[in-house]
Amino acid sequence: MKHWFTLFLVGFNAVASAADFDYHLAAQRVAENVYAFVGRNEDFTTRNGGNIVNTGFIVAPDGVVVIDSGPSLRYGQQMRQAIAALNAKPLALLINTHHHPDHFLGNQAFAGTPIAALPATIEGIASEGNAFAENLFRMTGDWMKGTEVLAPARALTAGVVEVAGRRLRLIALDGHTGADLAIYDETSGVLFAGDLVFNGRAPTTPHAEISHWLVALDRLEAVTREGGFSALVPGHGVVSRDAAPIRQTRAWLLWLQGAMRQAARAGLDMNEVLALPLPAEFAELPVANSEYRRSVGHLFPAAEQEALQ
Amino acid sequence: MKLPLSIAAIALAALMSPADAAALQESGDPLASARWGDMQKSVLHGAPMVFDPRVKVIAPSIAENPMQVPVTVDATALPGVQEVVVFADFNPIVQVLRFYPEGSGAYLGFRVKLQQSTPVRAAARTADGVWHVGGAWVDTVGGGCTAPSAAAGSKEWQKKLNMVSGRQWSEGPQRGRVRLSIVHPMDTGLVAGTPAFHLEEININDAAGQRLVRIQPYEPVAENPVFTLNRGQVSGPVQASGRDNNGNNFAATIAP
Repeated sequence: MKHWFTLFLVGFNAVASAADFDYHLAAQRVAENVYAFVGRNEDFTTRNGGNIVNTGFIVAPDGVVVIDSGPSLRYGQQMRQAIAALNAKPLALLINTHHHPDHFLGNQAFAGTPIAALPATIEGIASEGNAFAENLFRMTGDWMKGTEVLAPARALTAGVVEVAGRRLRLIALDGHTGADLAIYDETSGVLFAGDLVFNGRAPTTPHAEISHWLVALDRLEAVTREGGFSALVPGHGVVSRDAAPIRQTRAWLLWLQGAMRQAARAGLDMNEVLALPLPAEFAELPVANSEYRRSVGHLFPAAEQEALQ
Repeated sequence: MKLPLSIAAIALAALMSPADAAALQESGDPLASARWGDMQKSVLHGAPMVFDPRVKVIAPSIAENPMQVPVTVDATALPGVQEVVVFADFNPIVQVLRFYPEGSGAYLGFRVKLQQSTPVRAAARTADGVWHVGGAWVDTVGGGCTAPSAAAGSKEWQKKLNMVSGRQWSEGPQRGRVRLSIVHPMDTGLVAGTPAFHLEEININDAAGQRLVRIQPYEPVAENPVFTLNRGQVSGPVQASGRDNNGNNFAATIAP
């Protein structure tokens, strides 16, 4: 056993010393005064350091509104630098869209700025945050150094609010997790959809309630039909000018839900469900195979229980 | 019998003391587990054994959820199986379950809790007393056996304890299959303050009272166990009955 451990350490050091822990964050202009940092369409690895997520910010008249803080303290710090390089306004508010670790573990870098989220998101971060952080340490290694959970202190409610002199529509939904906040910037028409929408990447489902998620997607698609709508920033994947990523996410979820039900009714065991081939339409999506396998673990037991009743 | 070493075994042997390496060569374990020698002693009690590809253990190579790792044991290619013991070399509680196929084939699907990456093995004993061993490595991020059951956080399950639901498939590609789930926390006793509390005996009989299979689950079987078995042909209902280690009995009928 000792030898295995040594081997593990040697391997680990080699990876760590090869990295300079620079996420190379480049703010992408989505609209006037609205920016996004777009992550890679990958799983968490020691190479990407967890930069697989989209974050963003809005430069409001009286300060900057930040949307999600990324997977680590280092990410949050680098994000903060990148924001400061573009404008000199103070930070007004950081919003966490939901309680998944790649969206809030950079919060520490924004200590001193008010941090806000939906009440259930705050609860989730407080109760599950440490376990999530530990898991990310395992998957990304030293990129996470110094990262600790900082839960938002301010609870948000749905509706139109004025933040730092800018009107934001807070849309409280659920389905990807128990509380998913979408933010519509009424000035620019940019919709920050959080992880309710994935673009060109298979969605993740560890806390998903698919029927709720589908309702949430309908709500978001209605927003994209409003006259002022200009862009959609998904939680993962590139920025879109139309509702195509919403339709893509919906198609994946409907297929997944149907596939789990059908497999359960046909009497398949979980190993057989894991071995099912993905339809061609979805097989080409980045990380489709790994997300499918995870989703079987998340969703098949409930479908199975339904079929056995 | 001395079997050729796999590349993994050679790599492992190179890292070991000469004595350990010699032991590994003698074992010829296709899964190259440093614990195999102990397994042979503690689980098989040194009885004659052979690694046999007819004993298939199907499990994901990477387990996404260590609390619910699906395992399917299929020893139907090996005639005359009397008893099957399933075990995981590196689990804090090594033995997962035993089953005794009678009217059913030597086939069982279930889910297990794994604490860390480990071989998951099935040893099938034939009438001549020889254990036929198959297995697969499962990589996992730990926590399966020392993490509390979901039931430990809620009192709701008590109302449903030992509740059985199930179904049989009399036609289609899964013809002859029986699947059943039993509500039970399956607490391992490794979580502080929560004693071991698990199903320990399940009997599945056909309508004529002929036993299809007897299952003895141990602590590592996952919470709210789900079993898949094949009876070959569905003819009438099956009766599932059994008890847990606290003496709670259950009995349920699964219609065809």
